Amino acid sequence: MSFATPLENEHHSLGASFTDFAGWQMPLKYDSDLTEHHAVRSVAGLFDLSHMGEIDVTGPDAARFLDHALAGEFTAVTPGRAKYSLICNEDGGVIDDLVAYRLGADQFLVVANASNAGTVFAELTERATGFDVAVTDRSQTTALIALQGPAAESILLTLVPPAEAAAVQELKYYAATTATVAEIPVLLGRTGYTGEDGFELYVPNENAVDLWRALLEPTVRAGGVPAGLACRDSLRLEAGMALYGHELSLDITPFEAGLGRVVRLNKKFVGSQALQKIADTAPARTLVGLVGTGKRAARAQYAVHDAYDPNSVIGVVTSGILSPTLGYPIALAYLDSDRSRLGSTVLVDVRGGKLPFTVVKPPFYKRS
Amino acid sequence: MSEISLPENLSYTDEHEWVAVEPGAALPADPVRVGITAVAVDNLGDLVYLELPTVGSTVTLGEACGEVESTKTVSELYPPVAGTVSIVNTAVVDDPELVSKDPYGEGWLFAVLPSEAGELLTAAEYAEKNGVDA
Repeated sequence: MSFATPLENEHHSLGASFTDFAGWQMPLKYDSDLTEHHAVRSVAGLFDLSHMGEIDVTGPDAARFLDHALAGEFTAVTPGRAKYSLICNEDGGVIDDLVAYRLGADQFLVVANASNAGTVFAELTERATGFDVAVTDRSQTTALIALQGPAAESILLTLVPPAEAAAVQELKYYAATTATVAEIPVLLGRTGYTGEDGFELYVPNENAVDLWRALLEPTVRAGGVPAGLACRDSLRLEAGMALYGHELSLDITPFEAGLGRVVRLNKKFVGSQALQKIADTAPARTLVGLVGTGKRAARAQYAVHDAYDPNSVIGVVTSGILSPTLGYPIALAYLDSDRSRLGSTVLVDVRGGKLPFTVVKPPFYKRS
Repeated sequence: MSEISLPENLSYTDEHEWVAVEPGAALPADPVRVGITAVAVDNLGDLVYLELPTVGSTVTLGEACGEVESTKTVSELYPPVAGTVSIVNTAVVDDPELVSKDPYGEGWLFAVLPSEAGELLTAAEYAEKNGVDA
């Protein structure tokens, strides 16, 4: 069973190659993922992310409920702000990483990964017992379009009425507002997964095609392109961002993933007991960045070896590419914590050869 | 899939390689060039790295003799003919994009002094197996 987004025909007419992602037929690339990657870094890319999950959390207890259901603190979030967070199970394992937008005192929008949307909705529904809150799954009826890149703001401003221009220009990173784009009401978040400035626009499915077309025209005119999931992955990796299923999973704790700052142990939440027990002990493994020389990428599941004892396995790569922006191989990997010193050399088993990589702290790329 | 070029004077393999042997002809006494097809180029996407066999090495049917790496995947190269590698196209090692741009011309990978042919297909047979209007 495969889902299609409301923009499927747009992608076909743009010549996209498709891939199945979490049961959705998604554009992988339109032309070349390298071209799209470079375009996002230099101008802008337009992404269809309608496969993501959108869950409304509404009611007088909405914030308190999210404090209980998620690892972060939501009672403290001001309306108009968004927060990156984790939903954990009782053992402290990560069920999903997500972004929650506070749209009002009693209203949140939780955005989950496509692969976990159903699970997250089921968990939130179950955890809502005893709270005066309504949890509604909007994933099937909500479209999400992202405009990412240094020209994103100027492109967006061509479509926004003059009275709203200032609000868009002043919208801070990880803030959200309602806006009118090409005469379509949207929820506009200054959020993204590329490491560039950019926006994520949420609309009901019936407005998706009009919004996409309206955004695509000034994007292309500015030198930008429609962009698919292939470059989305290379962009987020350069920006050092985790991908669920690679850097995050049920078997990985937030502390191992370097996301301790996301976990607020001063409150009780699902998983807090288990996490409290391990919070004061250094984790056995640590997520690190690796940079290499040459052109061979260290890829997911490649083994990492001690530089002085090439047969000993000290970790595993979780994501890796030849960085299009930087021109050298970059990767994220879990290493034994006592082998994860910054600046140290490790050997990665790349197709039978052991290539040296240096341990670094992500991100690999930061926008100027 | 349409507009995928498959020159008729070459032979092809199921592993998406071509070899400069005329279909049905005997193996020449001189080295023959080997490369990957336009179908492979289309499937792989942007090429970033090539690992080719070394000059003088023996390539054996059914055994991987190199790798072609794109942004997303690594694919193994299998020799269409067994024999000794006589020359490697260093131009494509320096610029893998040459393979994408001209897979049958400047994008050739290496040449083999052939001792034995593998299972070789004509352009038409390869086209049919891969859903190409050749």
